[in-house]
Amino acid sequence: MEAYLDNSATTKCAREVVETVVKAMQDDYGNPSSKHMKGVDAEQYIKQAAATIARSLKCQEKELVFTSGGTESNNMAIIGTAMANKRRGNHVIVSSVEHSSVKEPFNFLEEQGFRVTYLPVDAQGRVSIDALREALDSETILVSVMYANNEIGTVEPIEEIGQIVKQFNPEIVYHVDAIQAYGKFKIVPKKLNIDLLSVSGHKIHGPKGTGFLYVKEKTKIKPIILGGGQQKAMRSGTENVPGIAGLGVAAGLIYNSAFDEKIQKMYDLRSYFIEELQKLPDVTINGCMGRESAPHIVSASFRGVRAEVLLHALEDRKIYVSSGSACSSNKPGLSNTLVAIHLDPDLLDSTIRFSFSFETTKEELDMTLEALKELLPVLRKYTRH
Amino acid sequence: MYKAFLIKYGEIGVKGKNRYLFEDALVRQIRYALKKTDGEFEVTKENGRIYATAVSDFDFDEAVEALKTVFGIIGICPVVQIEDNGFDDLADTVIKYFDSAYPDKHFSFKVNARRARKNYPMDSMEINMEMGGRLLDAFPELSVDVHNPDVLLQIEIRNKINIYSTEIPGPGGMPVGTAGKAMLLLSGGIDSPVAGYMVAKRGVELEATYFHAPPYTSERAKQKVIDLAKLVAKYSGPITLNVVNFTDIQLAIYEKCPHDELTIIMRRYMMRIAEELGKESGCLGLVTGESIGQVASQTMHSLYCTNEVCTMPVFRPVIGFDKQEIIDLSEKIGTYETSIQPFEDCCTIFVAKHPVTKPNLNIIQRDEHNLDDCIDELFKTAIETTEKIRIE
Repeated sequence: MEAYLDNSATTKCAREVVETVVKAMQDDYGNPSSKHMKGVDAEQYIKQAAATIARSLKCQEKELVFTSGGTESNNMAIIGTAMANKRRGNHVIVSSVEHSSVKEPFNFLEEQGFRVTYLPVDAQGRVSIDALREALDSETILVSVMYANNEIGTVEPIEEIGQIVKQFNPEIVYHVDAIQAYGKFKIVPKKLNIDLLSVSGHKIHGPKGTGFLYVKEKTKIKPIILGGGQQKAMRSGTENVPGIAGLGVAAGLIYNSAFDEKIQKMYDLRSYFIEELQKLPDVTINGCMGRESAPHIVSASFRGVRAEVLLHALEDRKIYVSSGSACSSNKPGLSNTLVAIHLDPDLLDSTIRFSFSFETTKEELDMTLEALKELLPVLRKYTRH
Repeated sequence: MYKAFLIKYGEIGVKGKNRYLFEDALVRQIRYALKKTDGEFEVTKENGRIYATAVSDFDFDEAVEALKTVFGIIGICPVVQIEDNGFDDLADTVIKYFDSAYPDKHFSFKVNARRARKNYPMDSMEINMEMGGRLLDAFPELSVDVHNPDVLLQIEIRNKINIYSTEIPGPGGMPVGTAGKAMLLLSGGIDSPVAGYMVAKRGVELEATYFHAPPYTSERAKQKVIDLAKLVAKYSGPITLNVVNFTDIQLAIYEKCPHDELTIIMRRYMMRIAEELGKESGCLGLVTGESIGQVASQTMHSLYCTNEVCTMPVFRPVIGFDKQEIIDLSEKIGTYETSIQPFEDCCTIFVAKHPVTKPNLNIIQRDEHNLDDCIDELFKTAIETTEKIRIE
């Protein structure tokens, strides 16, 4: 038996997704811009995917731009908004716990002369509303806050932020990185005052290299990829038809009549896992409990154990987890979010992220707990000093 | 335009009666290097020269890069090769060759013809003079200088005619496979691949040992060492990489020995294991990337303690290099980028905050006795479970 508990890094493609992707590659391989039947057939896949996704967000199909994934969606949202609105002002606001694909575009804007305000967070990683109110000014053109944190799972006060921003000035563009949240929450951008929403395909059992940006009607953003004018010139380049088709199928598989039940099951598993982890000595859980967290992310710090060593020891037992956030594991630097929530510095290098999917079972979690019970005392015996 | 390479070799030319052994090894290494390029070559030994002649289309730059990895080569001369269709045809070819090889004709030259085939109607002197004249007629900017020419045009009359005038420097050294075999202690760092390169350059065949310590070191760290071995193998030829599971020995040392001596005792066991594996496969020496004073385990005192367990000679080719000199060389041979990937190796996982820098051999030996009850068994297991990976 193996336990894949790294679903926030990526998920396994659903079988139905793979079948659709293969069909779009082998049979309906046309270029959707071609005028002949092959092109029309290919275009149908995109329309179908857009329809499914639009239903899940209760938005219009024309409000969706397909991209190469979460990173591109975030880049397009942030840089595209800044470029289109720079005459109105040069102030932008972002939380201090964002993923690199948001943080780096903001760094880029800072280099370009924009004034950037980073909102602090509390010990659970929630953005300070007071700091937001203080930061907003007549120059502000963009506010960007993630829906659910990729490292600790905390859900941000997205609705409240939306209200405050729009009451202050309805012209301010409100961007939400929903890469860890889409597929786990019913998100209706219109109700939440969201103008731009980033989503990635491979976090929801779709193919890698797929994603989309929801762009609310009449939101002014400039495209960042220029070329043949596909997707109403918002994102040039021949559409990744198999990928988009797969993404649509993945969205449809999640947002169906069993959605609430599946999510509840994940929350139950999360609570169970956290309770059991807390029975082990010297374990700290980071983030929130219950619905204040995403249902699939558990961040736990194991005092006196190096995360990477624990990760490899678990790997040896076919249990796959991540140290901090998988994307930042490549860099020797420390985690963004864990620093921002002022985690005890001794625990920064001792934090593991377990992340579930709909397919995660109690057996897998029990197997993981058993492994931890055996490994932690052994690993604590041999520490660096 | 070019059809062949004339390979110049230095040192091996003076090896007396063993010379053919060195030449054969060089031919073998050239074949091995060119096999990985697009294009087929015939590599032949002829009158004290080695020629690599293309028998298909080939990528010139790729072939030169491949030849530059062959130790023993001091110069690579790209050769234009034609059939003998009379002197006029030869002169036309030479003029065309000059025109394309030297866009700017403001230089001096000299023609140096040689007749290996003596029935050619002109003798060497006649060829030199006539060809010089034709070139001057074609390119009046040229001048002749028989003592100190900028360009020496070589014309060799054999069954075919070879024309060449440029020489690309090779790596020097001796052909691999002419000096026995050594065991390289290969970590994931910058120094050990360079050490391996330098020993291979003297003709030594390499085998390598890597100490893997799961779960403290990751699969990626192991993959990195495999990648480094592949880069070294471009020069040294195939390497057998021994991957030793070192975790249990490390943990035993950690448990039973003073922590400030961990690294020294660990290094002593690494040397012992590498030597044991080396003996099994016929190695005549060990190679490490140690450099005096670089880290606590590489002070003179530490090296003295580590060296004491070895009966084979230990070669440390970068011993007198500064870090920057090693880095420069690793960039030149192409291992630097891989070496600096940030994965932990087993030398860094249990490092004490203040390791001894002047270990005393008597104390180290005494403390090592703490391992007496388990080490023989662990040592045996480590040797027996060693994974051998063939790196081509």
